[in-house]
Amino acid sequence: MAYSEDRPGIRPRQSWGRRLDLAARHSFPANCTILLMLLCQAPFGVVDQAELLPVVTLTCVWFWSLFRPAAMPPPVVFAIGLLLDLLGYFPLGVGVLTALTVHGLALRCRRGLAPQGFAVIWLVFAAVAALAAALAWAMTMLLTFRLLPPGPALFQAVLSAALYPALAVPLARAHRTIADPGRA
Amino acid sequence: MLRFSVQTRQALARLTLPVLVAASFGLMLLGKADAVLADRARIALADALVPIYAALAQPLAHVRAAVAEAGELWSLRAENTRLRAENDQLRRWQSIALALDAENRRLKANLHWIPQQAPSYVTVPVVADAGGEYAKAVLLALGPRHSVRRGEIALDEAGLVGRVTEVGKRTARVLLITDMNSRIPVILENSHAHAILVGTNGPYPRLIYWPEGTPPQEGERIVTSAEANVFPANLPVGTVRHTASGVPEVVPAAHLNRLEMVRLFDYGLNGIVPPEAARVAERAH
Repeated sequence: MAYSEDRPGIRPRQSWGRRLDLAARHSFPANCTILLMLLCQAPFGVVDQAELLPVVTLTCVWFWSLFRPAAMPPPVVFAIGLLLDLLGYFPLGVGVLTALTVHGLALRCRRGLAPQGFAVIWLVFAAVAALAAALAWAMTMLLTFRLLPPGPALFQAVLSAALYPALAVPLARAHRTIADPGRA
Repeated sequence: MLRFSVQTRQALARLTLPVLVAASFGLMLLGKADAVLADRARIALADALVPIYAALAQPLAHVRAAVAEAGELWSLRAENTRLRAENDQLRRWQSIALALDAENRRLKANLHWIPQQAPSYVTVPVVADAGGEYAKAVLLALGPRHSVRRGEIALDEAGLVGRVTEVGKRTARVLLITDMNSRIPVILENSHAHAILVGTNGPYPRLIYWPEGTPPQEGERIVTSAEANVFPANLPVGTVRHTASGVPEVVPAAHLNRLEMVRLFDYGLNGIVPPEAARVAERAH
């Protein structure tokens, strides 16, 4: 999204504070995704906590790719995917590919989905998350030359769909407030 | 800085995603070609993150304890009766154990038994889950000048947890016995038959390759075997349970779901050469 800086008109002075503010707002989506990913690894002692990491990562990538693609460009998605690989102990590249796939699908659906209501976006995300879980499962099997039980992938898909509202509501709030460059 | 026309910039922007998808396949090839690279990156990342998790661990443990306590208050009376009954039973077992211990010592003295050296161990906190959907492992926080090495054996208060597979500057990763890549030589305690314990990524690892005629019995204790020089003999692993379809699996004695502290034992066993050392040896030749 082009900033107001590109358009003619009266603008506030480019002070250091303002530049910092803009940069913080612009990088909020990537930063909050990475922070949430690191938080997922914290010792909460929740059973099956490992499942949380891909779910949270893909939800964030989906949300920001859909609503603010300028702040979630492909190189950032690549970096997030790499972090997912390293933190989640996936074979190298699997997390990157899934994150980029979710990002690509979000960009493809953007035109049609952005004006839709919450429920439609949720439904489409459930399908995308199921696809992403299946992709990660298939690629992991391919790269480890081994048949894996489909249970964890299925659980990841269900968990993604179930946790989406809990994550999307605060993210949508942030999207309108602290992540909005227009408010700088 | 390079200046492109609007069309070129748009074309470049459109190309980024396919190029990065191709790069992700390249990354997969790289990961397959050099497996140690990913491990090194992971342990370096863990080294950087472990102080944060260690700082978080204490307050989180308090919260968890408070929640658990609230739950326990409900079942306090029932729990008390159960504990009294168990205490009585344990006292009977204790007297048996003391008698057996005395007898054992007398017999060993008569046989001129060479006592085994007590292994050295360190107790370290578990700070994070180092597994994922397709891996079961935990991350340990070590001091900056630790002497932990690969192949050391992790036990909690009840039984075998796993083996140290990667060691960083202040972290170590322990592969749990439930991980899909875990293979442990074990002995069925009643029949003294050897078998292999295979992790499935589920909570209960399975038993395979027991000798014909001595199938694992329900409730039989499983201990490690010294075969292959990876584990010392007779560490408690768990008890046998049969699934509905009759497959023998093992209920681990260790509380693998909620590990807080583990003891790392150095038995000085080098049965399996870790891949890193093997590579170094390869290069030296």
